[in-house]
Amino acid sequence: MSAGPTILHADLDAFYASVEQLLEPGLRGRPVAVGGSARGGVVLAASYEAKAHGVQGGMPGWKAAQLCPGLIFVRGHFSRYQPIADDVMQILGEVTPAVQRISIDEAFLDVSGATHLFGPPGQIGALVRRRVRAEVGLAISVGAARTKHLAKIASQVAKPDGLIVVEPDDEQRFLDPLPVGLLWGVGPVTERRLSDLGIRTIGELRHTQRPVMERLLGRAAGAKLHSLAHNEDPRRVTTAVRARSVGAQSALGRVVATPELVRTVLSGLAERIAGRLRGKGSAGRTITVRVRFTAMRAVTRSHTLAQPISSTLTLTEIAETLAWRAIASGPGPGDGPSDGSGPPDPSGANAAAGADTVGRGVQITLLGISVSNLHAQQTIQLELPLPPPDPWRPGSATGAARWALDHSMDAVRERFGRGAVGYLPAALGGSPGVPDEFRELAERDL
Amino acid sequence: MKFRVERDVLADAVTWTARTLPTRPPVPVLAGVMLDADADGTLRLSTFDYEVSARASVPAEVSEPGTVLVLGRLLAEISRSLPNKPIDVHLEGNKVELRCGSARFTLLTMPTGEYPELPEMPEHQGSIDGGVFAEAINQVTIAAGRDETLPLLTGVRMEIEGDKLTLLATDRYRLAMRQVNWSPSSPSVEQVALVRARTLSDVARNMAGAGSVEISLAEGADIVGFEAGGRRTTSLLVDGEYPPVRRLFPDSTSTHTVTNTADLIEAAKRVSLVAERNTPIRLSFSEGQVVLEAGQGDDAQASEALESVLEGEEITTAFNPQYLLDGLGALGTEYVRLSLNHPTKPVLMTGQDELQGEDRSEEFRYLLVPIRFAG
Repeated sequence: MSAGPTILHADLDAFYASVEQLLEPGLRGRPVAVGGSARGGVVLAASYEAKAHGVQGGMPGWKAAQLCPGLIFVRGHFSRYQPIADDVMQILGEVTPAVQRISIDEAFLDVSGATHLFGPPGQIGALVRRRVRAEVGLAISVGAARTKHLAKIASQVAKPDGLIVVEPDDEQRFLDPLPVGLLWGVGPVTERRLSDLGIRTIGELRHTQRPVMERLLGRAAGAKLHSLAHNEDPRRVTTAVRARSVGAQSALGRVVATPELVRTVLSGLAERIAGRLRGKGSAGRTITVRVRFTAMRAVTRSHTLAQPISSTLTLTEIAETLAWRAIASGPGPGDGPSDGSGPPDPSGANAAAGADTVGRGVQITLLGISVSNLHAQQTIQLELPLPPPDPWRPGSATGAARWALDHSMDAVRERFGRGAVGYLPAALGGSPGVPDEFRELAERDL
Repeated sequence: MKFRVERDVLADAVTWTARTLPTRPPVPVLAGVMLDADADGTLRLSTFDYEVSARASVPAEVSEPGTVLVLGRLLAEISRSLPNKPIDVHLEGNKVELRCGSARFTLLTMPTGEYPELPEMPEHQGSIDGGVFAEAINQVTIAAGRDETLPLLTGVRMEIEGDKLTLLATDRYRLAMRQVNWSPSSPSVEQVALVRARTLSDVARNMAGAGSVEISLAEGADIVGFEAGGRRTTSLLVDGEYPPVRRLFPDSTSTHTVTNTADLIEAAKRVSLVAERNTPIRLSFSEGQVVLEAGQGDDAQASEALESVLEGEEITTAFNPQYLLDGLGALGTEYVRLSLNHPTKPVLMTGQDELQGEDRSEEFRYLLVPIRFAG
């Protein structure tokens, strides 16, 4: 932990909606919703004017329209978001090289090495805000503190369009009156549990004994929250250049896991992940599938291949096998990553077998895939056709054919847009409401 | 037990017999080397780890015969570090004492009764000149797999048919085949075995200098034996059915190129300096020349053109630089012939002695699978 409030959290205000207002001056100062319509669909983001009426991202369009009469729905300029956010990050990078971008529109900065150039953290925060406003035209809120977690809380409190510096002496005085919901890891469920005990502010939480918290929330989560309430957060600002994994997930509501559904959802996820891997000349050896059941229980299953893959079809097949294995183990206890019973079989027989024998009638609420253990893969070393045939090996005859097909499809998409071509289950299924471009932005490696 | 032995003789013999000993053995005695001093004036050293056995016999002045088991690696290190003088060894209680010049070592002995019995040599099948055998082994083991999770491909298939001995190995990315003449004990002998590439490399390195190598193999036996110059080793064969790889060599090829081997090796080494790991070297063959290129993007690029004779269509293909150099280095001929059908199909590499002439494909063939680019 550094001596002064040298960790900054910079967060663009209502980013997507603000970009829309930036691009279309007629929208400025008016309530704007990106995505959805008054008749349906999902609101993906809302401007501050709309938020003032209670409109939130993830809300059905009709509900947003009800809450906020005069709400303007826009479709969203998805291709513009990334470059504009990149411009903002460029400005942050000119203040200090120690920038850790954590999503498209927010980043941590460690300015301990920049104070001799630009003055104390408060001045640096002000400089960043001034430059982003002048050069990009967007409002960015900044929090400065000794820890990441506190800096992030400070930027949330500073919103909209504000700056808060928490001096080391003021930390507890700043934290204590704030609602517990601002702490990292406190969602609606935890918030309700704490509130049942009369704990509503961080100060009240801080005065709760650690064992009580551990009993209430489980050992790890309880201890973690206890530390955060005491402003203990050893995490540093890390400027990781390379992503360690690429993943995507899809919330499904409550649905019965049928072979068609599982295949359609995984195929769509695999297409996005594999496309992103190929886009950056990368491939991964470890495939992990996450299945969430009702009551928030989740099971993950993973498999590590001998060679990294980036093929959409191969990723779909492996994910399908793993998903059925996870579904077969059910929502009971015994959660955790596991390789299950032996490696998945490329013949694909056991994916279907799994669907036939188990999983009938099981309800699931989420499917996710992530690919890790990443390696560079610009080319494919082809292989001699040695038995047994293994279509999952990139250099096999099938693997090479998939590689060629994927790259042809990538080229078509590059030219005619991502809807131009797709693998059948995903292309037909799609996910209603949320455009893939929007998901891409949220999932992209930064 | 008491004997005197020359320092170099003991150091060589114990180093060889102890070379396969495990550093952390499952049972302590398996870290040992057995010393057996015979009244007829020989010292026999032996080790066995249930996979590989090794026996060496060396002359010694034996005054009291006997058998002891001592730590093998330690004895090897000691004997290598001693001055070049005769070493006197004798058993004193449960300790072995070594004296050499003014140096004196004592080593605790281990119980010989717990040491596993070494396997018998299988049936003798014939012999081969050590130099020829070592060359053949080195030409083929380059292509053997190194991935221990795929044991089958870490083996070299040894096929004996009368006076022909053929070695084959592949790691999926290349396939090497070498055929040599040898002297079978019976002209009608036919045997097949899958020998670890490691075992063969060891034979090439440590036994082939001693004239002729005797090969022992038996139908249905699970070990192979080699003997040369007073050294014998046996090794467990690799289990499993080796894929029918001979049929992977193309029956016919449409494009043929002939290039000076040494020039191509030098150029490939230079150009591949800019090829990072897993990135290919590209070879473009056209009338009268081959252009080698490597490097992607702006970081670094290299290219070089060489004289080369082309018969057939112009063709461009790409390889893992190391796999290409492995094959070229194994040829041992003045010229290399590359026979191709298609940029993404395996290319056949053979050697030939003259620019215009026949290739020596009956002796050595190296099949190399290309790398494929995006798009």
